[in-house]
Amino acid sequence: MKKTLVIFAHPKFEKSRVNAQLVNVLKTKNHVTFHDLYEHYPHFHIDVKKEQTLLEQHDVIIWHHPFYWYSSPALLKQWIDMVLEFNWAYGPEGNALQGKTVMNVITTGGSRDVYCSEGYNSFTVNQFLRPFEQTANLCGMKYLPPFAVMGTHKLQDDALKNYTQQYEKLIDVLQSDFVTETLSNCLFLNDLPILSH
Amino acid sequence: MTGSLLFEAIVFLAGAIICVAIAKRLGLSSVIGYLLAGVLIGPYVLGFIGEEGQDILHFAEFGVVVMLFLIGLEIEPKNFWSMRKTILGMGGLQVGLTMVLSYGLFALLGFSTKVSLVISMAVALSSTAIAMQTIKEKGLMETTSGTSSFSILLFQDIIVIFMLGFIPLLTNTETKTTNSNHSQHTSLLENLPIGFQTLAIILSVVLIIIAGKFLIVPMLRKVAKTGVRELLIAAAFLIVFAISYLMEFVGISPALGAFLGGVVLSNSEFKHELESTLEPFKNLLLGLFFMAVGASINFIVIAKSPLTIGGILVAIIVLKALVLFITGHFFKLKLDQKLLLTFNLSQIGEFAFVLLSFAFGLRILEQGQMDIMLVITALSMSLTPILGIINERLILPKVGTKESIKRPMDHIAKSQKVILVGFGHFGSTVGRFLRSHGVEATILDQDSNRVDFLRKMGFEVYYGDATRLDLLESAGIADAKILICAIDSPSVTKQVTKLVKEKFPHVELMIRAKNRYEAYDLINMGIDNIYRESLDTSLTLASDALSKLGFRKYTLNRQVQNFIKYDEESLRRLAKQPKIDDKNYIFQARKELAEQEKLLEDDFQRGIVLHDNHWDSEHIRQQLDNTNNL
Repeated sequence: MKKTLVIFAHPKFEKSRVNAQLVNVLKTKNHVTFHDLYEHYPHFHIDVKKEQTLLEQHDVIIWHHPFYWYSSPALLKQWIDMVLEFNWAYGPEGNALQGKTVMNVITTGGSRDVYCSEGYNSFTVNQFLRPFEQTANLCGMKYLPPFAVMGTHKLQDDALKNYTQQYEKLIDVLQSDFVTETLSNCLFLNDLPILSH
Repeated sequence: MTGSLLFEAIVFLAGAIICVAIAKRLGLSSVIGYLLAGVLIGPYVLGFIGEEGQDILHFAEFGVVVMLFLIGLEIEPKNFWSMRKTILGMGGLQVGLTMVLSYGLFALLGFSTKVSLVISMAVALSSTAIAMQTIKEKGLMETTSGTSSFSILLFQDIIVIFMLGFIPLLTNTETKTTNSNHSQHTSLLENLPIGFQTLAIILSVVLIIIAGKFLIVPMLRKVAKTGVRELLIAAAFLIVFAISYLMEFVGISPALGAFLGGVVLSNSEFKHELESTLEPFKNLLLGLFFMAVGASINFIVIAKSPLTIGGILVAIIVLKALVLFITGHFFKLKLDQKLLLTFNLSQIGEFAFVLLSFAFGLRILEQGQMDIMLVITALSMSLTPILGIINERLILPKVGTKESIKRPMDHIAKSQKVILVGFGHFGSTVGRFLRSHGVEATILDQDSNRVDFLRKMGFEVYYGDATRLDLLESAGIADAKILICAIDSPSVTKQVTKLVKEKFPHVELMIRAKNRYEAYDLINMGIDNIYRESLDTSLTLASDALSKLGFRKYTLNRQVQNFIKYDEESLRRLAKQPKIDDKNYIFQARKELAEQEKLLEDDFQRGIVLHDNHWDSEHIRQQLDNTNNL
């Protein structure tokens, strides 16, 4: 069973309907560590050593966050800046994260159809997530397509329930002996047929 | 020339105003001014005041009572209890040793056993009035010399009860004289066995403690309700008078009783009102007391045998000083603290007047012996401030903790000089943090123990009173960029602030404020950088408490920042407003409540927990809905 670390970043979690439901899923799972960045580091003073140890103890890393201005909330960027140190995460001797799997789980207000060259956001979510993808590459990690809950502003309760069930199944898949290549062959992990039944 | 009460009052007040103003102008203690005024208006110079000087002296002793009541108010029972070892140890050693040595001295001079014994008792006691006034004036209450002096004086206040009980035993069980004219010997319990006396004393102490809780505080609450300001003054005096009366009744020194009364009331909500009400009266009464001492110096007696008196005076002061020095040494005081203690308590105190005239009343002393001793007592009291000056200006700079030591300054310290005044709990945190960034502040501190320690740690430290312009100058204020004031006492803070702002306007002032009210004053003095010690920590606590109740930490963190910003704004706004009318709030505590109420109301109206809609998806959803519905 692969150990999963969810790095969660939400500056106003108490007001989030969708993320509250998604996080509830995580709490029922074994071998899943839920790590709430804004609750741990309200002053943005990240304990780098502690974070690195946490990363070393897990196989699958999930960056779980709302999609703010086509990126992550500020504290997750701060986390990446500080924790992924030279000669630890990257550089000649930086191989602490080698071979681990990493992915983004995001929530967006806009629906999927506005994220394309014809939509008002001009680019796809995958294009916006390139910095995360390349961060993973540089650290020798395998980067998976995102799992995205989109159009949250208008999301109905039953649709939300569907997402939470998918998220739960996704965790199961990630903890099993999956082959990365079989999962990488899509734009969103939401589209994987195994999550739908 | 005498007789009219009005005329006497004019003489005393005018004398005080002129002489104290001159003394202060010359940089001397106000005590010297009062003493000088007493000598001037006394029977031997201008002759405005005659024999009644003695009565005035007795009346003015009440200033000492009020002073001890006020000191008691500042000492909480818990702290008093923790001082018990110092009081018994230092006090016991000082009184015991002084009595033994001075008994030897007077026996050698040919006085009889009984006379030597009585005089040695009088000599052992020091002057609470003079010593405490000096300690307060110089802000030494928190130093080791201050607490040691206080402990010894307190012990003397206690032991004098036993002395007064003991002296009648020296009368050879002859018929007790009835011509005693001092209230102290009309004590009810005088003829009872010691056991009963002790019991009565303990009972009356217990009575004060119970009365404090169940009688005095409720009475003050009633007085507060009437809203009549002068009633409070009346109530304050009623408390002090009643305690003094009770204490005299059972034969305890009224000063000691007043002190206990003060301690009992130190936890009550009326502490500050009592303090501010009695303070001016205390100062005037003490001034009167010092003037009466000056006026009672009998220059005819001095003229008759100047050498004897001078010799005994010097011998006694040397003897007392020696004992105090040894006591300080035994209790491991540092050299300069020992010297302060030594010079501060080396006089014979006001209790000597009581003891000597009591013994004279019991015909143990002869008229001549008493006169000489009274003169010596008054002279020794007058010499104290002068000795203090000698110690401060000539001896202390050379020994012990030096005012400054030369030390090569590094580059940052030279070009970016920071002066840090006060290195207590607050200042030390500031200093440590600065130092961890390579910024070596020049430190000014009053506590010599701390100063020595800091110097050992390599800090550049100046020892002394930061309200002294010359000390600030030698600490290099002229080249300083920033002065940080981290001292506890609001009044000293204001003095330092005012001085620096006036004389060195280029220096950036960063000032610690105890609370809102001190901050108001500082704002109105034109200070921008004010740091309320009660703001950040209490908000951290409050936000941690809310976090434990389930609030999110980051949101709390942002709200704390909002609150600080909001509170700083309201502070600056309210500082400019006229103070709430004093007439309606005779009690500071009630005034503060009213202010708090105003603040809370303000919080509500202006909505301190601002509608913080950042990252709130619910809020966006609502706005979207509104737009769609249009």
